[in-house]
Amino acid sequence: MILRVEKVKKTFDGFTAVNGVSFSLEERETCAIIGPNGAGKTTLFNLITGHIPTDAGRLNFKGTDITHLAPHRICRLGMGRSFQRTNIFPRLTVFENIQAAVLAHKGKGFTFFKPVTPFFRHETMEILERVGLRDYAETTSGSLSYGFQKQLELGIALASEPDLLLLDEPTAGMSAQETHQTIELIGCITREKGLTLLFTEHDMEVVFSISQRILVLYQGRLIAEGTPENIRHNPEVQKVYLGETR
Amino acid sequence: MSRQNWLLLLITLLVAGIPLTESRFYIFLGTDILIMGLFAVSLNLLLGYTGLVSFGQGAYFGVGAYTCALLMKKAGLAFPAAFLVSAFAGALAALIIGVFCIRLTKIYFAMLTLAFSQIIWAIAFKWNSLTGGDNGIIGIAFPPYLDSGARFFYFTLAVVVLSLYVLRKVVNSPFGRMLTTIRENPERTEFIGINVKLFQLMSFMISGFFSAIAGALFGIFNHSIFPDILSWPQSAEVLIMTLLGGMYNFFGPFVGTAVMLYLRLQVTSYTQYWPLIMGTILSVLLFFFPGGIMGFLQDLRVFSRGKK
Repeated sequence: MILRVEKVKKTFDGFTAVNGVSFSLEERETCAIIGPNGAGKTTLFNLITGHIPTDAGRLNFKGTDITHLAPHRICRLGMGRSFQRTNIFPRLTVFENIQAAVLAHKGKGFTFFKPVTPFFRHETMEILERVGLRDYAETTSGSLSYGFQKQLELGIALASEPDLLLLDEPTAGMSAQETHQTIELIGCITREKGLTLLFTEHDMEVVFSISQRILVLYQGRLIAEGTPENIRHNPEVQKVYLGETR
Repeated sequence: MSRQNWLLLLITLLVAGIPLTESRFYIFLGTDILIMGLFAVSLNLLLGYTGLVSFGQGAYFGVGAYTCALLMKKAGLAFPAAFLVSAFAGALAALIIGVFCIRLTKIYFAMLTLAFSQIIWAIAFKWNSLTGGDNGIIGIAFPPYLDSGARFFYFTLAVVVLSLYVLRKVVNSPFGRMLTTIRENPERTEFIGINVKLFQLMSFMISGFFSAIAGALFGIFNHSIFPDILSWPQSAEVLIMTLLGGMYNFFGPFVGTAVMLYLRLQVTSYTQYWPLIMGTILSVLLFFFPGGIMGFLQDLRVFSRGKK
């Protein structure tokens, strides 16, 4: 077991966004969290990664209690994350974006007097190659297209060589083709590196095609959990989804 | 050596030639620009590199000036010792104040730095027995071996060049890169495994250290210090010089300082409406050249290269 979430709870000004959610992830598993808008998916991510403190419950990652750890500590334990809104370093070049993440991962942040440029050039280029941005290394990242920025963000997350990767809507706002390519890329990388993947997604086709297990979140509670086949035929899930679309 | 380094060496040599003119005016102006330029560059470590708007940088400048002057006058310490101690006093003040300030972000951070600098100003203003209060400290003598405009100019030049050399190394190091990622996106930086607050605090201290060096030089240069150098107009002025020169370029703040101090000297000899002119320059700048002078020059270079 790589991640265990136990009865985690979060309330914002009286609104309970996440209400006693428990689940766990096995190593090398690909697991999706789905649910209608406002179900608490992003909040749950923010709780797991330490960006907001939990009100109650416990979080355990690779045997370490991470309930009260700061995000940078959790990251260093081997958790990588991408954000729903693209989250890169816009005024830096693509190369610099990835290189910064590699530097941080290798603990070179407190090197004061050596020029930064030659640091981890090889490692950085390898990651750029992997996410298909090698040709854009010297481009200012803020001027990349939306799809490329998402790929860059994935690269930043990979640079810290995580065991568990959390992706918050990795294909949001992408065209059908971009979505297809991104999913292919994510699947490929997870298999290759033996990563555990936890992701949220609106595109049901994507969810059912790549996940081994699906968690369904509704109004801050976990209402179903199972294989794609189980979830597809779960009457409660159908009600939640159909109730929303009609 | 890269082309930029050759250019810098050339400029340094040209600047070193200023005393040969034997013009007291240019020696004075040159020394003033060197000192305030260092102050602006040290502020820019926070503003342009770490993305922290310090509105109270005068505090560390003042701490440097007062520490150096008091140690020489009251404790009878020799100048080199007093000078070194004052730099560390600046870093220490920045550490203490920084611990509180970095807990806040954006405008709240700026306001808190301002509040702390006003507290230090109030101490300097009220603690008559130590600081001389409103009368300040006068009659701070040059150490005998620096006792001429030209000699002090060379000393200042050496200190400033060395300081800029170190600061430039720092901003181009992995540490400096981490500061720019924090400027760009603190939330994301946290999740590549960086303790953002710790890096911000380090940046704050380094900035305080070099601001204090500038302050110590300033006190000796003027033979006197008054509480005014700690207060908010001083902090605002250095902020303006930094913006004028361009905060996304290492030498931008220095260029901004040179332009502003030269203009001020020229303009005030014709008219008393300097603040009006400065205000106009500033508004034009913020509207049309948000990257400052250096940002504008860089855009120009990119543009002309693109045309070829």
